[in-house]
Amino acid sequence: MKRRYDMLVVGGGPGGAFAAKTAAEKGLSVCLVEKRPAIGTPVRCAEGIGKELLTDFLPPDPKWICTDIESAELVAPDGFSMLLEPSKAGNEIGYVLDRKVFDRELVWKAAEAGAETYVKARATAPIMRDGAVAGAVIEQHGKRYEIDADIVIAADGIESKFARWAGIDTTVPYRELETCAQYLMTGLDIDSTRTSFYLGNEVAPAGYLWIFPKGDGTANVGIGIGGGKSGNGHRAKDYLDRFIARRFPNGKTIELIIGGVSVCRPLPSTVADNMLIVGDAARISDPITGGGIYNAMYTGRLAGETAVTAIEAGDTSRDALMPYDTTWRASKMGKAIDRNYAIKEFFTKLNDEKLNSIVHSISKINLEHFSTLMLLKEIMKANPSLLLELRHLRSLL
Amino acid sequence: MLNIRRDICGYCGACVSVCPEGALELVDAYLTVEDTCSTCGICEKICPLGALEVIKE
Repeated sequence: MKRRYDMLVVGGGPGGAFAAKTAAEKGLSVCLVEKRPAIGTPVRCAEGIGKELLTDFLPPDPKWICTDIESAELVAPDGFSMLLEPSKAGNEIGYVLDRKVFDRELVWKAAEAGAETYVKARATAPIMRDGAVAGAVIEQHGKRYEIDADIVIAADGIESKFARWAGIDTTVPYRELETCAQYLMTGLDIDSTRTSFYLGNEVAPAGYLWIFPKGDGTANVGIGIGGGKSGNGHRAKDYLDRFIARRFPNGKTIELIIGGVSVCRPLPSTVADNMLIVGDAARISDPITGGGIYNAMYTGRLAGETAVTAIEAGDTSRDALMPYDTTWRASKMGKAIDRNYAIKEFFTKLNDEKLNSIVHSISKINLEHFSTLMLLKEIMKANPSLLLELRHLRSLL
Repeated sequence: MLNIRRDICGYCGACVSVCPEGALELVDAYLTVEDTCSTCGICEKICPLGALEVIKE
């Protein structure tokens, strides 16, 4: 580890990896630190991603793609199922990834581009000069390193502390944290090209339960429930175990995956002097789906580009980095977060009766392209009364 | 005080994100709590596995 880099990246997930890769490709000296001993583990993800979203970043590779998803079903609280099938052949809904391999691949690419990478290396404090971030203290194998950097990327995920240490309040309101549990299961009798989403206050209050197939009768079977609904005897794992006892009594569990997903608004500011905050650390996951892989890669890449421009111009102040913040907010992703936040606020308050009537109103949708927005539009079309209740959202849809 | 049941904790870090005091930290494969913890019980509530318990003294 050197004493100084142009850019220091805290966290080796998709956000950190893309920031590091982007900046290293442009010739910056980059150091990426990951506190875990291995990139990509433990997995804390349902591993689903929209096909078009992924190909924005890298060509699909069978090494880290488990399954091509062609359809999705939405299951109402009363058990009624609605099928979503894109009409165009070859326009699959998405992929289920193998994040252990995927994350590794991304960090490899960053390393190939010239970034230095360190594992089991944890940022334990920012180095502050004149009230601004100027680097970080890194601890690895019992040694302590003080690393200076012109720009630090906080890519430390849901349990992010770096930005907080630097004075930014990153607390997720607990009602807006989806508390999640998932099993990787095998021996399941399921269609490996279809994802399933179960809704309802009995099944997954203020959240949903998912089955994401990974091929050969294996799947991620998981659940997220609203933090406000969680407590002793009714935690995410309790709900999941109940579902599995009913639906997959003979399935075998080969991995337990747990975690939290923020469904709050993103941080009010994702930049500070000499610092950019990306992905989950910036609370930039989708408030409806909880998806965050694309959002992390997008903000990671943008942060890398912004850092290059700022360093070349010799100004890494908050003002100079502000284009990062304004660009992602104005992007398709930023607008989707805004819209989906408002819609999430509405949907998580619906009772089962209402959810049933919404799902029943459409038994089958053939979409040209699949997206959450398209699905919402179809739901609105079939439920004119919802449009009345969602008047204030009309401009967003 | 906050008791971390290490046999149950899956070190996912969900609790760290909701702690209003910033008192929790996930150090690789274990969770730590600082004495700034106000025993508000938020982390106890949201833990997916039930690994945290506030013990009233």
